[in-house]
Amino acid sequence: MDNILTKVRKRFSRFLRAFFKKGRSRIGIYGPPNAGKTTLANRIVRDWTGDALGPVSEIPHETRRARRKEDVTISNAHGDSIVIDIVDTPGVTTKIDYHEFTEYGIEKEDAVKRAREATEGVAEAMHWLREDIDGVIYMLDATLDPFAQVNIMMVGIIESRNLPVVIVANKIDLPDASPGRIKSAFPQHPVISISGLEGTNVDELYEKMIEFFG
Amino acid sequence: MIQGVQLDLISEERLERLTSMEKIRLILDEVIAGNIVVLEKGLSPEESSKLIEMTMMEINPDGFSGIEMETYPARSTSGGFFARLFGSREPTSRLTVIGPANQLKMLRKERDLISAWVSSR
Repeated sequence: MDNILTKVRKRFSRFLRAFFKKGRSRIGIYGPPNAGKTTLANRIVRDWTGDALGPVSEIPHETRRARRKEDVTISNAHGDSIVIDIVDTPGVTTKIDYHEFTEYGIEKEDAVKRAREATEGVAEAMHWLREDIDGVIYMLDATLDPFAQVNIMMVGIIESRNLPVVIVANKIDLPDASPGRIKSAFPQHPVISISGLEGTNVDELYEKMIEFFG
Repeated sequence: MIQGVQLDLISEERLERLTSMEKIRLILDEVIAGNIVVLEKGLSPEESSKLIEMTMMEINPDGFSGIEMETYPARSTSGGFFARLFGSREPTSRLTVIGPANQLKMLRKERDLISAWVSSR
């Protein structure tokens, strides 16, 4: 019964969104730092427009400004398609210490600057979520604990705004990856396991995006 | 002088008397002062969102580096037919512990257990 009601609710929200639509849906890629958001954003944009969105790095908070790519058309073999804007957002966290960056060999002055930009980036990401996002891809590193507080908070915030969300269990190419943990942490949402780096299973994600964000 | 950490346990009744911004200001002022705050009832998603944003504004080098915060995963209430249909089920917010990121470390977290370690400054 709950399942049917959820489906009815989603269809109704989709109908309302379509009815009052301002334009294309803006799909935000959210998640903690280093989950692989920019890698996925680049892959989506490259697969469907031949372009790229931003640089990636093993150093956390490489993305410190939200970046948007307009008019990305995603389609499948059955002829279904969606046109969306992809928004790659800075990783959301509740703490930023510049020492984290000096450990990667960055000089103190640059590390402090990076930390300041990262704090602005997190605030900016939250602002986008509140004002300008119509759907969310929530990225998680499948090798880490999905119960981390920032994930619980962010999924709660996304749910409270009634935004459609697809959860992505990324980095399944790594031996410690456990997408099953993510599925059991968020049973109320679809979870797609991928390797953004190698491109494994991204077609399934595209299918789910057409279904959820169309 | 004995070294220690101040622990403030704030009741649901007291929290309900505060506006969202008063709650967030109270939490941040306490945590920036090096105290641990335990809320009997956690924050709403909207308040959590504002807390993240305001925490970011308070971070400064060699000073405050942010917050560590833990709560149990939300427990959805069943609600009535229309609540379920229109998705107005507000998940119940639960006991929440918040402290300075450089003093409060989570050791273990499960659906029904939070184990934390607190150090003095």
